[in-house]
Amino acid sequence: MNRYLQNADGDWFKRRLSGVIFCAVVAFVVLMVRVFYLQVMQGEELRRLSDNNCIRLQGIDAPRGLIFDRNGKRLVDNRPAFDVGVIVKDARPLEQTLARLAGYLDLDEAELRQRLAHRNGEADYKPVIIERDISRDTLAVLEAHKFDLPGVVVNVVPRRNYIYETSAAHLLGYLGEVSGTELQKELFPGARAGDFIGKSGVEKAFEKYLKGERGGRQVEVNANGQVVRVLKTVEATPGKNIFLTIDKELQRKAETLLEGIAGAVVAMDPSTGEVLAIASSPTFDQNDFVSGLSNEVWDGIRSNPFRPLENKAIQGNYPPASTYKIITAIAGLEEGVIDENTTFTCPGHYRMGNRTFRCWKRGGHGRVNVVEAIEKSCDVFFYQVGQKLGVDRLAWYAKACGLGVPAGIDIAHEAAGLVPTADWKKQRTGVSWQAGETLSVAIGQGYNLTTPLQMLGLTAAVGNGGTRLRPLILKSLQNPNGETLFSCLPEEIGQLPVSPKTLDIVRRGLWRVVNQKTGTAWVAHTAGIDICGKTGTAQVFSRKNNETLFAKDRPAFLNSHAWFVAYAPAVNPRIAVAVIVEHGEHGSNAASPIARELVKTYLRSPLSQTVADGAVDAPPAAEFQMPQG
Amino acid sequence: MFDRRLVQYFDWGLLGLTFLIAAFGLATLYSAVHGDPAPPHRSLFVKQMIWYGGGLSVMTAIFLFSYKFFDRWAYVFYFFCIALLVWVLLFGKYVSGARRWIDFGPVSLQPSELIKIGVIIVLARFYSRFATTRGFTLRELVTPLLLVMLPFFLIVKQPDLGTALLVLLIAGTMTAYVKIERRSLIYLIAAGAVAVPLVWSYLKGYQKQRILTFLDPDRDPLGAGYHIIQSKIAIGSGMLTGKGFRQGTQNALSFLPEQHTDFIFSVFSEEWGFLGAMAMLVVFLVMILWGLNIAYNCRDQFGAILCVGVTAMIFWQVFINIGMVMGLMPVVGVPLPFVSYGGSSILTIMVCVGILLNVSMRRFLFE
Repeated sequence: MNRYLQNADGDWFKRRLSGVIFCAVVAFVVLMVRVFYLQVMQGEELRRLSDNNCIRLQGIDAPRGLIFDRNGKRLVDNRPAFDVGVIVKDARPLEQTLARLAGYLDLDEAELRQRLAHRNGEADYKPVIIERDISRDTLAVLEAHKFDLPGVVVNVVPRRNYIYETSAAHLLGYLGEVSGTELQKELFPGARAGDFIGKSGVEKAFEKYLKGERGGRQVEVNANGQVVRVLKTVEATPGKNIFLTIDKELQRKAETLLEGIAGAVVAMDPSTGEVLAIASSPTFDQNDFVSGLSNEVWDGIRSNPFRPLENKAIQGNYPPASTYKIITAIAGLEEGVIDENTTFTCPGHYRMGNRTFRCWKRGGHGRVNVVEAIEKSCDVFFYQVGQKLGVDRLAWYAKACGLGVPAGIDIAHEAAGLVPTADWKKQRTGVSWQAGETLSVAIGQGYNLTTPLQMLGLTAAVGNGGTRLRPLILKSLQNPNGETLFSCLPEEIGQLPVSPKTLDIVRRGLWRVVNQKTGTAWVAHTAGIDICGKTGTAQVFSRKNNETLFAKDRPAFLNSHAWFVAYAPAVNPRIAVAVIVEHGEHGSNAASPIARELVKTYLRSPLSQTVADGAVDAPPAAEFQMPQG
Repeated sequence: MFDRRLVQYFDWGLLGLTFLIAAFGLATLYSAVHGDPAPPHRSLFVKQMIWYGGGLSVMTAIFLFSYKFFDRWAYVFYFFCIALLVWVLLFGKYVSGARRWIDFGPVSLQPSELIKIGVIIVLARFYSRFATTRGFTLRELVTPLLLVMLPFFLIVKQPDLGTALLVLLIAGTMTAYVKIERRSLIYLIAAGAVAVPLVWSYLKGYQKQRILTFLDPDRDPLGAGYHIIQSKIAIGSGMLTGKGFRQGTQNALSFLPEQHTDFIFSVFSEEWGFLGAMAMLVVFLVMILWGLNIAYNCRDQFGAILCVGVTAMIFWQVFINIGMVMGLMPVVGVPLPFVSYGGSSILTIMVCVGILLNVSMRRFLFE
């Protein structure tokens, strides 16, 4: 036992204990004095504050960042909106208040009661939003009767406003209420039930910049729930402002051109990868989404066979058709299966084994070299190039040109397209690759699938000398006070697999497509601007060898999709465009005029840099013959 | 073998005090969780009863064997707790941004509660071997410092700042009790005075903000500051006699955050008024003095230091928690012993009572 009694005598420890006791007693005296102060001296004042739960918190919503185009034109801002809420605790008598409120809001009382019941466990002193975004007239009525409506509050909140209704709807996207699961997974830090978050497009992609930080105030209210004084305020921090690479004028032009048709347009600056316009038709009005969609509007959108919510420019998977011949030509020249002088004779069809593959031109193109084959879009020429290459070499070039993977734009749900290979088919269907399928692939049919944005990337790279750039949508980011936080720089993602010589050959072919009367897009040729491009006509059903169904007899939904990809001017291009018109039948007359108008609009716009003055002498007006392509 | 005097010397007074405070606590918890509009909280009262049942068994188990047992197994128990703390950091249940819990199916435990006991026992063992009237010098304090800083950093890492500070305060109290040599004390204070501004200058902006808000809740009027205001209103509105059992309004409208854990004193004071609050404070003070009295009557150093440590733990939790809800202290998550809801907290506090009973009933052994 003794080892517990070493070094010190017991009395010494006991003496030290009295110090500990003293400290403890002093501390408790402090607590008791404080209890006395709060409950006896301040008691009455604090009881008064407690009776009506007088000290409350009110949230202050942060205005979302604004969205501008590349020239600083405002595309999206916020407007003040008025939301009506009921604080159950203050709304006494509740029945009477609700009945009156239902009358003023022109709502069914039962409906109103149901909305009130939706407040999953929220406390009685917190306002439950009954109706969002009431009109100014309704607001005036409520204000006039506010003494008959105890516990009814009107909150001024910033509401998203899309200035150009339906314009760039797919790109800008829309907001929606944050869902229960999103809250549970804490996907949006700081978000609370009832908050609006970006659900698609730019609104979603740049949510973290656009959303601000909520503020709030401590207020004292009276027995009717009205604010008597504000005790403390924490200001909300507005979101950051976004400048897109979009040119509003060009965007509007693209949308005008797409009116009434299903399709998409996407334009890019080939030297930077900045997307200048991105339009998809039909479109929708994002403002409908802001206050919650009505059932009729939603049903209308969903039942539309032309898929208004789909951004066809980045989500649409289409066979690239003849626009793919750019890749076949590059592959043939680079692999040495043809050279600039190789010619094939096109009698209007090509026979392989016991099958006959037709050229789009029944009479044939005669003897053509690669430049002429591009110009005239000769199928027979490219059948033979494809046959010599084989599908896997073609696929390698297609992938090196950016097909088969998303182009990498900052917007969600981009489609990847499809680059078929022999292995892919074997794996997918269990059937070996057929030699004839290579011929279909070589002219962009068969299993090939691309998005307009992917074809645009290829076209822009051909135009700028071979550099593949990531499509940019965000130009810069600014603080609300105008200070630039960062600007996006061009981002190279690869080089086209071409020698300068090959590129020169392909570019000459593309120039002739538009600028020779025999080219498939002569219709798009424009005085003073050297547009280079390639048409495409994507079949949506397979034409049998002895197909006799003519266009005029065919239902519209079986008509081919029309493609046109282009860049301009021919040297140091400043714009590249990809156009798809669903069931537009031919790239030449359905799609290429749209591209021509866009190029003209952009290059002649005072906001775009000055057009080269050298080429103003006007060649003869275009003859509107209708070449097929 | 069983000694008849163990029964004779049993500290019925302390046990009575414990039951009194537990009754206070259960009644308040009942009121707090039944005013809550969220139904899941209602089962907490029953759960707390079950925890008390478990706590009583643990307490009994602890006073049956002589506390020399703790002296012998101090390091084993300490490192067992440390292992649990490491485990919780690696595999603990993640709840609102912190890893504090080890999940055992229906129940979860907080090892940070257990380590408080671990630190008290291990320090009592160390100090009882080496204490002199001269006091501890800096060099002699290196070992206890390491023994305290190891769990401290593990708890900060969770993060659970309140419990980490509590460990420091308990250890500090025990060290002050066994005396620090004068020159060493001056050095320590000087080193602290130099270190604080130095560390401050190295902190990042947001870290400084967090500490400033911690020290002054008013800097966060929408969060901690608002909670303190509501808590003060709840306490003050109780006035002299209170609003009556289950009549608290602040609680009923869930104005108070965590009204069943950290802010339970506000609920109690609103319902029982100044008289009730004073009564609770007095009972706590009596219990603390009782614990110190056991230390006073204990014949060996280990037992005395052990009792001082255990009592210090009860004292600091009461003082910090009640000071916090009355706006005297920074806002930290420290539960009010016996009253706040929480299984680990109840178990730990019953272990403390068990230790005090243990030492008290064996005070004759050295006669």
